[in-house]
Parts: sequence; structure tokens; C-alpha cells
Amino acid sequence: MIEELIPKAEKFNYNFAFIDEGAKKEIRRKLLKAIAIPGHQVPFASRELPIARGWGTGGLQVTMAVIGPEDTLKIIDQGCDGSVNAINLRKLMVKTTGVKTTFDTTQATVIQTRHRIPEIPLKEGQVLVFQVPLPEPLRHVEPSEVETRRMHAESDYGLMWVTLYEDIANWGSISIGAGYPCKVNGHYIMSPSPIPKWDNYKLNQAECLYLFGAGREKRIYAIPPYTDVEPLQFEDKPFSVERFDGLYCIRCGATDSFLDEIYDEETGEKYHVCSDTGYCDWRMENKDE
Amino acid sequence: MGYVAVQGGVTAIENSEQLADYIRLKGKSAPIRIRQIQDQLRLLVDRVMGEGGLYSPLHAALAIKQSEGDPLEASFYIRAYRSTLCRVCDTYPLEMEEMRVVRRISSAFKDIPGGQILGYTSDYRQRMLDFSLMDEDESKMEEILEKYDADGSAEAGEDLSGVNFKKVVEILREQDLVRLVEGKETEPAADITKESINFPAHRSARLQTMARSETGGILAMAYSSMRGYGSIHPTIAELRVGFVPATIPHPYRKNENYHIGSIQVTETEIVAKFGADHADEKPYFTLGYGICFGSNEVKSISMAVLDRTMKATEAKSPAEDQEFVLMHIDGIESSGFCAHFKLPHYITFQSDLSNLRKTQEHKEQTKTGKER
Repeated sequence: MIEELIPKAEKFNYNFAFIDEGAKKEIRRKLLKAIAIPGHQVPFASRELPIARGWGTGGLQVTMAVIGPEDTLKIIDQGCDGSVNAINLRKLMVKTTGVKTTFDTTQATVIQTRHRIPEIPLKEGQVLVFQVPLPEPLRHVEPSEVETRRMHAESDYGLMWVTLYEDIANWGSISIGAGYPCKVNGHYIMSPSPIPKWDNYKLNQAECLYLFGAGREKRIYAIPPYTDVEPLQFEDKPFSVERFDGLYCIRCGATDSFLDEIYDEETGEKYHVCSDTGYCDWRMENKDE
Repeated sequence: MGYVAVQGGVTAIENSEQLADYIRLKGKSAPIRIRQIQDQLRLLVDRVMGEGGLYSPLHAALAIKQSEGDPLEASFYIRAYRSTLCRVCDTYPLEMEEMRVVRRISSAFKDIPGGQILGYTSDYRQRMLDFSLMDEDESKMEEILEKYDADGSAEAGEDLSGVNFKKVVEILREQDLVRLVEGKETEPAADITKESINFPAHRSARLQTMARSETGGILAMAYSSMRGYGSIHPTIAELRVGFVPATIPHPYRKNENYHIGSIQVTETEIVAKFGADHADEKPYFTLGYGICFGSNEVKSISMAVLDRTMKATEAKSPAEDQEFVLMHIDGIESSGFCAHFKLPHYITFQSDLSNLRKTQEHKEQTKTGKER
């Protein structure tokens, strides 16, 4: 049966998408729960994969549980399809499923990502799976899991707000960079995984489904389509994203994309390129039109 | 596979993989046989089975070869392999009284029923490099084997079958020095591989997490309590190494059990300082229990110590804090996360850069503002 489903997969003595069907069933159930309670962290068993903990095992398990033979998969790391870890994860998925893969954001049905949300807005029917290192946004203000679970349940977020306030008092602005916490559907404070603040707005009222998997910490959470997601901010100190004033991508010329800072090997000169390589390629291809 | 999107880096990964094989073999010594690892690196095999959470000396030996002897990496292979195996059924709880004992000591009493059996241990060995091992050959091997085979069962010294090794803790129970737990625990045991651990964790979940923990990691935690951050003062009531039969219900014949083989384990029971739930109650010694695959006494003792420390109702030291101990002793998880820092963090760092520049600007401005 499985053999018929995956004619393209290598002959490989493992189940379709590696993990056994029992594990997939568990993850799917937990995903449904996560979607029903946006932003709430649902514990799951989290199997060990042939990939190390901390290298995307949470995202991978979610992808493994939702992917089917007809899907088209895109995997990016830091926005880049060609990053060695993205390649390695893609290799594993292709080896165990035989699915089609793509670099083109618009063509993918399932996208697995580490640290970025693609620049091209995702549409209905697309799923973005985040690899999450530290799912608990309150961890740096409260080390105990028992305590943070209680805080979430009771919306007891005073400690978090005070920390943000102290940041402003000390430094003039909130010092959290990537992984800026946000409030989901008016209740849970959630870590969006270490995406730049630049990407935070893409979470709000999105057309696509966002799924988050933390393998080592054994947590799954989700943002269903058309959900309110608001970065934590004060009325007089509004949230602001990374600024690239006057900067542009030296490859495609984009001024509307998150840029990586690069130094010239010889001159030491600083220049910038798009962090989302798929977006950069897309712009290059459509330049003439 | 033309439809698979690729970009640079693929060849780098492939070359790196091939390099590993080359480096392992470039010395041109005879390739190590799996059987040699099983026989001669026995304690490493035991450790990998324990930390990998799968009792299979063969697979553990293969993992050791593949990982060039790195215990963390080898255990990782075993864990990943374990994820692909379907769970057929649960065994009955092991009957530890039925253990075929190869070593058994007590530091609580000089004389214990059944006697102290020293068996194999490195405890009293003088750790001086034995240079005669440098040219150990087959004739030497034959010599040693002949000597022992002539003496009968060498491993256990003498025939111990039929000797009743009563549990030392049982003696204390009979004297009402430790509390008798009525019956067996009725709640079904947790399975940390099927459900993630919650806090406060069920004791079975705590014990499972420790049984799979990394030896050095659990030792460090237990040592913190032994040395200064805690005060439970353990005494080893009994430490046993031996083989225990594992049985499962017969697949279709009712009320019949099926013996599927024996596993080697190291079991430790410690007695710790006495206490009572309430000030006016009769005090008892408290107990700690440790067990792990194969022969690994440091891990088993550490586990028993931490089992006891984590029974504290209020954590006063790190080793008494369930979350602190259980979330940080898994070698696969900690080593994986440690290694992940090698992955690119361009985005998060870019974000930090942007933040720092902004904050520096802000400070400069407020400074000049004050000067004015």
C-alpha cells in the first residue's frame, strides 16, 4: 500500500516520512488541538529522528505528520534554500517520501522554515512549519515549566510586561531582537520562533496555516488562518521592526526585503543581499516584466 | 531526481560524509569487527544501550563503530533507530529477585544473607597502564581462557544458582526501619517515549528519564547533591549486577507467559537520612532506587541518589528540583542543542546588530542631550 503511494521514494526500509503511523497519529491529534487553541503549547511525545535535537526535529516531525505523496515541499534555513542544514533536511524528506521539492514559495504546499517567513505572502492552502528551539516565551522571565504553564492558563503576564518596561527604562527600547513575543487571539503570549521582528506582522490575519514544532522541548502550537496576532507593545512605545533605511539588495535591488549584511573578502566593504533567496530569485526572473 | 531542488552545499555534505570513512580507515589497520566491539568494549556497549534506550548489544556495537567510539553520537544512532521500531507489547515488571547475580555488594552491612559477591569490578584495581596489553595476541588469549575454563564458571566465581539473595532493603523493612509500600504501584507506568513529561512528574517518568540519561550528566547532578548542594547522605544498601529474565504475555494463549530472554542490569538501592511527613510522626529511613542497562555502576548509584533527592516536597537545592534535573540530563537532547549553535544564526544576529546600533544611538543622544 505504502509502496504504491511512494513510487518515487528510494527503496528504503522505513515507513513513509520515517516516523511510524502511531507517532504521526499522535502528532496530528496534537496539531488539531493546537489549531483549536491558537498560541497554546501542546505537549507531544517527540520521537528521536536521525537529525540532532536542536536542528529542526520539531518542525520535521510536524512536516512528517502532515505531508502526503502529492505535496510539494520547500525547506529553508535563514530564508535560504541552499543552506547546508536545509539541504540535509530536504534530503531526508525526499529519501523517505519521494515528494517533489521546490525553491519557489508560490509552488510549495508545505514549507518548513528556520528563522524566517518568506517575503511573498502565503496563500490559503499553504502550510508554513516553523522549527522552534525554545517554545516558551516566558522562559527568560521564569525558568520553571510548572510556573509558566500556570501563567499562561491564567493570562498572568505581569512579569513579562514589567521586563519589557525595564528594558525601555534601561535602554530606551525593548532589547528583544529575533523571536519577539506576540499575543495570539487575545490570549496566549507566544514565541514566533527566532524570526526577525520584520516577519512578525506576517503572522497577523494570514491566509495560510502556521504550525510550530519544538522537538527537544516537546511542544506543538499553531496559528490558524485569519487569527489576530499582535506583537507585545506599549501605547506610547509601539513595536518597531529592523530598519534598512537606504539599503538595498546588491543582487536584485530590493528595498522591501529583510537584508543580510555581508562583508567583501578583499575590501572589507559592507553590502547587503536578500535573506529570502527564493524572493531574490523571483525578483531576478521577473525583472524585465 | 531532477525535480529535487538543489543549490550549493550538497556536495560539501556528501564529501564530508565520505571523509569520515576515509579518516576512520586511513591508518590501514584491520577494520574493527562488530563482534570485537561487543566483546572487548563491553562497558561502552552497555552505556550506549542505556543512553540509547534500546537493549541490543549488536546495534549498539554497530553504532559505536559508525561513530568512531563517541558515546553521545552512538547513543544518538540508537535512539533514532528506536524511533522506527514498532512497539509490540509491554513486558511484565521485571522480578528482580530472580536476577542471576554476577556481582552484589552492600555498604550498609558487613554480612548479608547470600553474602557479598565482589564479581567483576575495577574498584580495587591500581590504575596503572598495563603495557603487556600492547602486544596481546591469540596465544595469550588462549592461555587466559584455558585457565578460567578449567576453573568452571569464571564470571560468577562459583555456581550461585539456588542461592537466595534476599534484598537488603527487605531486612530493613522487616525491622520497621523503612516504610513498607503497600502492594505495588497501581497507577499505570508513564511512557516518556509516548508522552512528554509533565511536572510534577510521576515517579515512573522520573526513573525512565534517568535510566536513559547521559552517564556524565546524571553523575554531575548527583555529585552536586553528594558534595554540597543537598544533604541526603546516601548509604548503598545494595548494588547488584546481573541478568534478569524478561517475560511477556503469550500472544494468544491466555494466562501463559513467554520468556523472551534476559537483560543485564545494574540495580542500586540507597538508604538515606530518615524523615517523616509530619513532625509528630514516627520517622523512617528514606530510599532511592536506580537501575540501568548493562554494567554501569556510577550511573545506577547516581540515579538512586537523584531518585531520593527528587522526592523532596520543596526543592532546596538543584538536585531536588525535578525540572532542573530531568530536563538537563538527556545526552541526546543536550548534545544536539549544544551542536545546533554551529548552524547559521545570521538572522537572529542581524536582529541583535540592529538592536544594538539603535540602542547605542539612543544612549549617545541622551548623553549629548545631558551635556548640553
